[in-house]
Amino acid sequence: MKIVVAVKRVIDYNVKIRVKPDNSDVDLTNVKMAMNPFCEIAVEEAVRLQEKGVASEIVAVTVGPKAAQEQLRTALALGADRAIHVETDERVESLGAAKALAKVVEAEQPGLVILGKQAIDTDNNQAGQMLAALTGLPQGTFASEVAVEGGKLQVTREIDGGLQTIELTLPAIVTTDLRLNEPRYAKLPDIMKAKKKPMDVKSPSDLGVEVASKVKLLKVEPPAKRQGGIKVGSVDELVDKLKNEAKVL
Amino acid sequence: MSILVLAEHHDGALAGATAHVVAAAQAIGGDIDVLVAGENVAAVAEAAAKLDGVAKVRLADNAAYAHLLAEPTAALIAELAGDYSHVLAAASTTGKNVLPRVAALKDVSQISEIIAVESPDTFKRPIYAGNAIATVQSEDALKVITVRPTGFDACPDRGSEGGSASVEAVEFVADNAQSTFIKEALAQSDRPELGAAKVVISGGRGMGSGENFTLLEGIADKLGAAIGASRAAVDAGFVPNDMQVGQTGKIVAPELYIAVGISGAIQHLAGMKDSKVIVAINKDEEAPIFQVADYGLVADLFEALPELEQTL
Ligand SMILES: Cc1cc2nc3c(=O)[nH]c(=O)nc-3n(C[C@H](O)[C@H](O)[C@H](O)COP(=O)(O)OP(=O)(O)OC[C@H]3O[C@@H](n4cnc5c(N)ncnc54)[C@H](O)[C@@H]3O)c2cc1C
Ligand SMILES: Nc1ncnc2c1ncn2[C@@H]1O[C@H](COP(=O)(O)O)[C@@H](O)[C@H]1O
Repeated sequence: MKIVVAVKRVIDYNVKIRVKPDNSDVDLTNVKMAMNPFCEIAVEEAVRLQEKGVASEIVAVTVGPKAAQEQLRTALALGADRAIHVETDERVESLGAAKALAKVVEAEQPGLVILGKQAIDTDNNQAGQMLAALTGLPQGTFASEVAVEGGKLQVTREIDGGLQTIELTLPAIVTTDLRLNEPRYAKLPDIMKAKKKPMDVKSPSDLGVEVASKVKLLKVEPPAKRQGGIKVGSVDELVDKLKNEAKVL
Repeated sequence: MSILVLAEHHDGALAGATAHVVAAAQAIGGDIDVLVAGENVAAVAEAAAKLDGVAKVRLADNAAYAHLLAEPTAALIAELAGDYSHVLAAASTTGKNVLPRVAALKDVSQISEIIAVESPDTFKRPIYAGNAIATVQSEDALKVITVRPTGFDACPDRGSEGGSASVEAVEFVADNAQSTFIKEALAQSDRPELGAAKVVISGGRGMGSGENFTLLEGIADKLGAAIGASRAAVDAGFVPNDMQVGQTGKIVAPELYIAVGISGAIQHLAGMKDSKVIVAINKDEEAPIFQVADYGLVADLFEALPELEQTL
């Protein structure tokens, strides 16, 4: 079974972001970028399925600027066999990405597509569900466990009340939650080898899709700052403050 | 304008989140219908009909919608969406699962987790784990939106004299041969729901083990609090995933949030920094959690917690 994995280039999760002084967006100049953490989990799951003999080939895909090839190379170093870069400098959000991914899925005919549950820049949590709708495939979102059994896919999902298990026909779309696996690090020899793996570059118009977001970003502001608090010296003082100053007890 | 709100329900009862989503719909303005989809959910429809400002409840009570699986539920909403300018749902795991699918079926964008309504097409929403607030405008004819419940005060019930909105059955039944419900393992707890509790006390990696969470339970009992956790505490297996507070867990905004043995990573702060009063108990005085805490206590939690329980 072929697996397609979608990876997005985003700001590194450790970086403290800054809003541009003109409030047009977040400032990404000279900021460390990385693969979205949920996409790392997606790549890892694909690699594990290949190690188990379930997957025969892994194709990593990204939609984004030239620099996003870095994240595709990371996916290749982690074990993807080849990569597809849908190159664009437009501001792409989930729907545009899902439209491009749908064309890739149509061409590649994978048995399984794995995406992250959310990109940590927009925090959208949409693309997998949208891709499922566009391809007419079933979806297993927020997965903490997946298993292919008897030609079907069992997905355990992290839901508000606990865990839910569903069964999907294949092909299917899965989005990863944090506890699906713990991604490995790429080893140096694999990083070297990844440089030679094939990468196909296409434009959105090659695929016949428009990817630019139709949601206008009018303004980006820093959140309201919390007033700095105080340190209390003892549990008694804490309880006294909560009762008499904050009046929440 | 006319707005369709997807009702959130659990165990045959209307969930509190729905009243917050109806409040967001009121801020947009226009006629508000509530869609109750599920199996054996007539009581949910009755409760939804009592929410202030609801014009009509549309009830899709059918085995096809049991557990609100994404494929049939999205097909149902897409079928009804032609009557509306906006479709809203709570940013719960149900809303997040279903609404993007609806949006793509209708070839429109989806706007996630709004916290404020500027106008019927312009909304505020947090991005980058809440470290920035974006104002976004949708030009789509149909706006598909998930609502962060803590961003809107719940709309009231109509009260005993207020009567009820009409309940109308929806005949459409979606076919679904693609997904099947197998089982659910749901946390059982007598405590208030994390998202709705007035007081939340959360433990992090510093708790050391799952057993040590009993130290929080005594305090939670006294305060009527819900218990939460950091991702590290969930990943370490101390507590189940549904207790995770943060960017990728639950978003809470109680009157009082007590963080115990939690360092205060931005991903955790994203889930709790809109709480009214924040208390942090941590033995490391440099822990970033103290930067957002109104009251910080530098102490070993194994000493501070028993003392706190006694003092309350
Ligand atoms: C994509 C992504 C999403 C994430 N989503 C979330 C999320 O939704 N929610 C979330 O919480 N995290 C999330 N994280 C993880 C986050 O980055 C942190 O790793 C996590 O919040 C740390 O948890 P912690 O504070 O419990 O652990 P630590 O950072 O290890 O902190 C433990 C704290 O306990 C204190 N301590 C230890 N012993 C004691 C003692 N005896 N008494 C008092 N204090 C003590 C220590 O001083 C320390 O400050 C996410 C990360 C990523 C990459
Ligand atoms: N531009 C993109 N290129 C490739 N994959 C993407 C892109 N945007 C989103 N995705 C995938 O969809 C997941 C969820 O993103 P989102 O729904 O946008 O929060 C990500 O973790 C990726 O797997």
